Amino acid sequence: MKFTTTIAAAAALALGLGGSAIAQTKAGFIYVGPPTDFGWSYEHDQGRLAVEEAFGDMVETSFVASVPEGADAERVMTQMALGGVDIIFSTSFGYMDPTLNVAAKFPNVKFEHATGYKRADNVSTYSARFYEGRHVIGLIAGRMTETNTIGYIASFPIPEVVRGINAAYLAAKSVNPEVKFKVIWVYTWFDPGKEADAANALIAQGADVIMQHTDSPAAMTIAEEKGIFAFGQASDMMAFGPTARLSSIIDNWGPYYVARVQAVMDGTWESTDTWDGIASGMVEIGKFSDRIPADVQAEAQAAADAIAAGTLHPFTGPINKQDGSVWLAAGETADDGTLAGMNFYVEGVEGDLPN
Amino acid sequence: MDFSALNPVSLMVSLIIAATPILLAAVGELVVEKSGVLNLGVEGMMIIGAIAGFAISVETSNPWVGMLAAMVAGAVFASIFGFMTQFLLSNQVATGLALTLFGLGMAALLGQSYTGMKPPKVPRLDIPVLSDLPVVGPILFSHDPMIYMSIALVAGVWYFLNRSRAGLVLRAVGENHEAAHSLGYNVVMIRMGAIAFGGACAGLGGAYLSLVRVPQWTEGMTAGAGWIALAIVVFASWKPWRLILGAYLFGGVTILQLNLQALGIGISAAYLSMTPYLITIIVMVIISADRRRASMNAPASLGRIFHASH
Repeated sequence: MKFTTTIAAAAALALGLGGSAIAQTKAGFIYVGPPTDFGWSYEHDQGRLAVEEAFGDMVETSFVASVPEGADAERVMTQMALGGVDIIFSTSFGYMDPTLNVAAKFPNVKFEHATGYKRADNVSTYSARFYEGRHVIGLIAGRMTETNTIGYIASFPIPEVVRGINAAYLAAKSVNPEVKFKVIWVYTWFDPGKEADAANALIAQGADVIMQHTDSPAAMTIAEEKGIFAFGQASDMMAFGPTARLSSIIDNWGPYYVARVQAVMDGTWESTDTWDGIASGMVEIGKFSDRIPADVQAEAQAAADAIAAGTLHPFTGPINKQDGSVWLAAGETADDGTLAGMNFYVEGVEGDLPN
Repeated sequence: MDFSALNPVSLMVSLIIAATPILLAAVGELVVEKSGVLNLGVEGMMIIGAIAGFAISVETSNPWVGMLAAMVAGAVFASIFGFMTQFLLSNQVATGLALTLFGLGMAALLGQSYTGMKPPKVPRLDIPVLSDLPVVGPILFSHDPMIYMSIALVAGVWYFLNRSRAGLVLRAVGENHEAAHSLGYNVVMIRMGAIAFGGACAGLGGAYLSLVRVPQWTEGMTAGAGWIALAIVVFASWKPWRLILGAYLFGGVTILQLNLQALGIGISAAYLSMTPYLITIIVMVIISADRRRASMNAPASLGRIFHASH
């Protein structure tokens, strides 16, 4: 499929080249999954649609979906750049080096790489502080679990994912000292079959709340079937688990994408590093399910508000690392540098972090 | 390490569910390859079955009609491959790959309006007394009927290939299509039949995925299952019963590694998650170690183009 969509997009780009006479800004997007995954890639595509909505005829967008991380991504972005786009949004962590390689070859094209940490004069990075959302749903999970076991389906052991596990664990632990996390690494962002198997394995071992850091709603479907709780990831996922879904972390990229395309139009684009959270609305907490007791809802909402107001940081000491060494002293909060490169579990999370 | 958290019964049940789509697709591909045709389009036929089965189940609220539709869709889709390779004599490897790419794209297109929908539930068999037996009950007697059908299908294919005259003819076509042709057998039509059967099985495997294993439709949801099915046919050295071993072994290791991770066993998750593929490769190496035996098992005309005017 990736080949066919690539060809389709290339054709679209080629047509676009010969088409309009007015000065249009062209924005290209590449997604790691299908835009219909109702998760990660879906929300990026919603961001793309927001750009179209905001600028109408002034902008022309194109996307290539299901592009594997690695050499294929480089090829796709090169094609886009050759096709005359002004700005490319590469929306997966694994596109990091390909993005920099292509950016070096096309200094006039602007690049926006999601969730990475390498920048250049024409490469910006942006990400959302999903851990703020993880804190809020971690609180809910800690309150709602009856078996004191929370299952976590993790994709790859990168800082982004590790941070989410730590944030959710600390929050759950703070309201439920008995809570345990079981983490399964599936080594894929998108494989509904495997994600469903992982959810089943976690449930079989006593988990009654499932969190996930993968892109498909498979785990939500299984949670619904088995009558346990789960949270929407990246997207709301309400349709897949009307009773199982407690809340969700929704990625809202639209405002950022609109602002960046605007900057390209105005000629004010600069390489920046954006890391926004609940405060700016880049991370949204989905509507709370009625199954969450009112006091827990209030507690979670208060936490979200405090994070937005800047009075609460999900990583506030005292926090030890898994090996017992001190990470943050009492009252100390984590700096962004450490968070961005987080490669350790906090104390209390069981199992070894794969490297 | 507390292994008591590992529930062998639920392990077995998830293993069987994980293995069944692969088993269904593999048994179809085995028949295709026995007739001397290599169809690499299994992944594409599976995903077409997954969306056809899902869509028709949703429209009719009947999962059985959906599964039937998946088989028909798979067979029709495979016939495109059959027409290209048997009548237009196109290269089987290239055509099969094209079929996979086409299938993935077409399924994505057809499935656009079906994302986020809920399929009707496939009922589980509930046999009085037997299903309530401890341990054996849940492992053997309370699955959905498709699981039993997949085993019955393997048995049927074994019987067909080894005990029936039609199966003998099909194998003859796969071993030496010119000899079979000179005896008056219609090589092309026999192969078309086998290809359609393979497509129906792959389609059914896909429908099992979208209706039972992950009950939902998501673009690209087969995520490589078709390729595993192809590997398992070689793994089984073209013997039907060994397909069950291969599929359950692969499914078993996949499920076991996920469960061991949840258990927090001290082996790096990276190693655990590569084990299913590693074991598949190791067994294939062992099987093909004896070159003569391995090549004896492979149908002699596999992948070769047949042209009647020779």
